[in-house]
Amino acid sequence: MITKRIIPCLDVKNGRVVKGVNFEGLSDVASPVELAKYYSSCGADELVFYDITASAEGRALFTDILTETARCVFIPLTVGGGINTVADFDRVLKCGADKVSVNSGAIRNPDLVYEAAKLYGDQCVVISADVKRVDGEFRVFAKGGRVDTGMEAIGWIKRCVDNGAGEVVLNSIDTDGVKGGFDIEMLDAVCRVVNVPVIASGGAGKIDDFLSLFQTLPKVDAGLAASIFHFGEVKIADLKRAMADSGIPTRL
Amino acid sequence: MIAIIDYGVGNLFSLKSSFAAIGQEAVVTSDPAVIASADRLILPGVGAFGDAAQKLRDTGMAEVVKEQAALGKPMMGICLGMQLLFDKSCEYGEHEGLGLIHGNIRPISEVIERGLKIPHIGWNALNFKKPSKLFKYISEGDCVYFVHSYYAADCAESTTATAEYSAELTASVENGNVYGCQFHPEKSGDVGLNILRAFCEI
Repeated sequence: MITKRIIPCLDVKNGRVVKGVNFEGLSDVASPVELAKYYSSCGADELVFYDITASAEGRALFTDILTETARCVFIPLTVGGGINTVADFDRVLKCGADKVSVNSGAIRNPDLVYEAAKLYGDQCVVISADVKRVDGEFRVFAKGGRVDTGMEAIGWIKRCVDNGAGEVVLNSIDTDGVKGGFDIEMLDAVCRVVNVPVIASGGAGKIDDFLSLFQTLPKVDAGLAASIFHFGEVKIADLKRAMADSGIPTRL
Repeated sequence: MIAIIDYGVGNLFSLKSSFAAIGQEAVVTSDPAVIASADRLILPGVGAFGDAAQKLRDTGMAEVVKEQAALGKPMMGICLGMQLLFDKSCEYGEHEGLGLIHGNIRPISEVIERGLKIPHIGWNALNFKKPSKLFKYISEGDCVYFVHSYYAADCAESTTATAEYSAELTASVENGNVYGCQFHPEKSGDVGLNILRAFCEI
């Protein structure tokens, strides 16, 4: 049986992990390569690198880091941030990324998902959606969750999947940072309309939040989080042990 | 030295890096002389079967691989590379494979429960069917990383491990010196590296 995936997300700016981290036994906690190695050794099933650099220099630094990570970490690597064209896909795939996540790029250019899926295969294209409740409906937000696009989210995500997106990362802006658990209602709405893996993001604060996510919504394939892993509030090894103990299929 | 056969499909960076991580020299090549001098061969592959099989023939690599297999050189096909070792595939029409392992490549939608997601993507446990030298450093139940929509059928004789996805999907096969993994050892953490390590000792 396919196991449920646990995915730490690393925001990288100018070659460094952005959110402060504190780990025993890690000499350079802001080094994305060191942190990736550490998470892989703790049992992370996959890693997401998110490039939040604006400058060209920062972007070059990011691809160097990606290459270095792919040289020493042997679990699937998803890369997002600044993916606007098929050339951007090419740039990060050459550095060892397995999947590429698009967000604002797919909002600006609705053909991007289709074009990339045709070239690299559906399994390579991840649609990452920042979604928030507005006037009683789910809306897609752009620019890191700051701008309301006015588009209804569930239909938009379904169209992206129909166009070839092989996986969906659903980030609920409503629950993000609240640490009160994942947005079950929003995730359920997406799971009902797509038949590709759905990755839950936004809201996890403790181990129980992951357990209730997978128990309430068996169609969700993975849980993604950033700061709770970086700050050690949830340790991946403990989380995966708790998942296995609760009868959730888990890779230990 | 390990030759990773380059016939113009896929990204071979991770594969090359994974051999470096276990202290093995690997070269990405389409040079028949280099391939002939290699101790072991890897046949990689991503994408669609028909396109990859055509490229394998167009580059002359199909003949080279078959010659090397007949000489008894250990070789391993990975993912689509494993599927190419078989007789034929029905992915978008019927396509001939290398015929080094008997069986056919068929859509997983034919055997799995309706409603399950396709592709079969993620970490799944290996169920051993037969002893294999590849399993020297791993245990039954260890998880490896899969991404595929087609699977190897009609090959019980050569199947060494399966993965359960409502049906038993072929995970690894072997026929003499020819080995194949449906999953990606280069993306399967320590378990995957240990499979590559065992392959390097064959």
